[in-house]
Amino acid sequence: MASTVHAQEKIGDNLIGLAAAGAMLFLYVPVVVLIAFSFNDNRSLTLPFKGFTLDWYVKAFNNQDMMEAIGNSFYVATTATVVTLIIGTAAAFTLDRISFPGKTLFRRLILLPIALPGIITGISMLNLFRLIGFNLSLETVILGHATALVSIVVTQVYARLQRFNRRLEEASSDLGARPWQTFFLVTLPNIRSAMIGSALLSFTLSFDEIPVTFFLTGRDNTLPMYIYSTLRRGITPEINAIGTIIILASLVLIVLSVYLLQKSNQE
Amino acid sequence: MRETTRRQLTATAIVSAPLMWTLVFLFIPYLVMFTYSFYLKKFPTFVPAFEFVNYLTIISDPQYYQVLLRTAKIALTVAVCSFLIAYPLTYFLVFKVKSARLRSILYMAVIVPLWVSYLLRAYTWKTILGNEGILNSFLVWSGILSQPTDIFLYNQFSMVVTLTYIFVPFMVMPLYASLEKIPRSMIEASKDLGVGPLRTFWHVTLPLSMPGVIAGATFTICLTFGDFVAPFLVGGPNGAMIATIIQSQFGAALNWPLGAALSIIMLIIVLTIISVSDRLERAGRIDLN
Repeated sequence: MASTVHAQEKIGDNLIGLAAAGAMLFLYVPVVVLIAFSFNDNRSLTLPFKGFTLDWYVKAFNNQDMMEAIGNSFYVATTATVVTLIIGTAAAFTLDRISFPGKTLFRRLILLPIALPGIITGISMLNLFRLIGFNLSLETVILGHATALVSIVVTQVYARLQRFNRRLEEASSDLGARPWQTFFLVTLPNIRSAMIGSALLSFTLSFDEIPVTFFLTGRDNTLPMYIYSTLRRGITPEINAIGTIIILASLVLIVLSVYLLQKSNQE
Repeated sequence: MRETTRRQLTATAIVSAPLMWTLVFLFIPYLVMFTYSFYLKKFPTFVPAFEFVNYLTIISDPQYYQVLLRTAKIALTVAVCSFLIAYPLTYFLVFKVKSARLRSILYMAVIVPLWVSYLLRAYTWKTILGNEGILNSFLVWSGILSQPTDIFLYNQFSMVVTLTYIFVPFMVMPLYASLEKIPRSMIEASKDLGVGPLRTFWHVTLPLSMPGVIAGATFTICLTFGDFVAPFLVGGPNGAMIATIIQSQFGAALNWPLGAALSIIMLIIVLTIISVSDRLERAGRIDLN
């Protein structure tokens, strides 16, 4: 009896291990494929490999439209992150420290974009801009991204503030520090990793954003929108080349941000 | 006295910025969208009205409600597939990986793709499943097929594969949290009472991890509902989803009121799913202390 249970357990363990390995392959083979074909000396993305080349990277960097789109994406992601950080941190302080009528509604609304599909944020803002006669541009995209991403900063900074010992601020003020000194010397250092972590995450997400951008952009394309529109015409290894760079850069930023946010949660 | 006034001023400034932002960019846009959904289409734009025509069209015209049903079907399938892939993986991470360090590295490796370019992850499936793609060329090369087949791409199968691939991490995250919370002593107790591993799993582990399953399913279903990138890239002629239809109302079809009504319906569906799952999660939560 005991031995059959033991055998059963062993088989079970092996099966679970196998399924887990299969799941990891499912998650990572496509990424490897994407990267591998950026170096393949063949116009179409088909096996067998024809040999190693860096041509697609050269082509991508000489592609004027693509480079312009990358520049636009940097502009959008940087500005949106700064705006998100300011509004999000202020919102987190508001939720943590101030009570006012309608606070629950405020909290629900500001966190809503995290739960809703991006297309709804995009379309509702498109409706607003049309109503007030705003022309669509990269700036409207920035407002859209900031609105969609602010919830990330709010949740992380708010979580940190909840665990922050307010006595430290009282002590600082009892010792004669002015409110702004207390903020910059006591409060800010405590929420810094939560802020930087969520800012990095916001930047990566904004850089890759499609659903909101699709509805709010004017004539200028961000990089994902550029790729999205070229895919209509067919696929080329140039996209793999630029994709490889984006994936590696995002990986670095995300690992860094996860590390910072974990650190902030442990503090 | 002056100090308090200044403090109040700072506090007001801190509060008013996010409040104004929420009002202008969230509350008012939803309100405008809601209003537009009752307007009437009139070439080239639309005219103010208070009619339920757009909503009636959606529930009476098969073109629309069938897409809604299809979207629901695909969303459910994606949730089930994500569950089937994520559960063993997460179970393995939580219960079978002994080293805490290795566990957190592996967990990271599963979660990190979540934030890596959504578009590129969908794109790579287009290159894998296509007529000239890796899968086809592999099958022809190995002799399993004599010539490439079209059956892998531009249908609901490719859409489910792509969306599952994209959303698996969303399933792993809540599952991991709920599996990790299960006290090992409960599983030990079941074992000590002579219950086999399968029955222990079925009667102890799985029920205790239900909150995670529900949260993961909610994520995947809601995200699939709002997606128009996967249908565009790998969906094909019968792959239109509700978000695709909404997208075209604001583009080529140029029927903003109908698009707004569809968006409101999507909003209601998503919010309903979230609140139902919230309730289920709370009802299913067992106090382990």
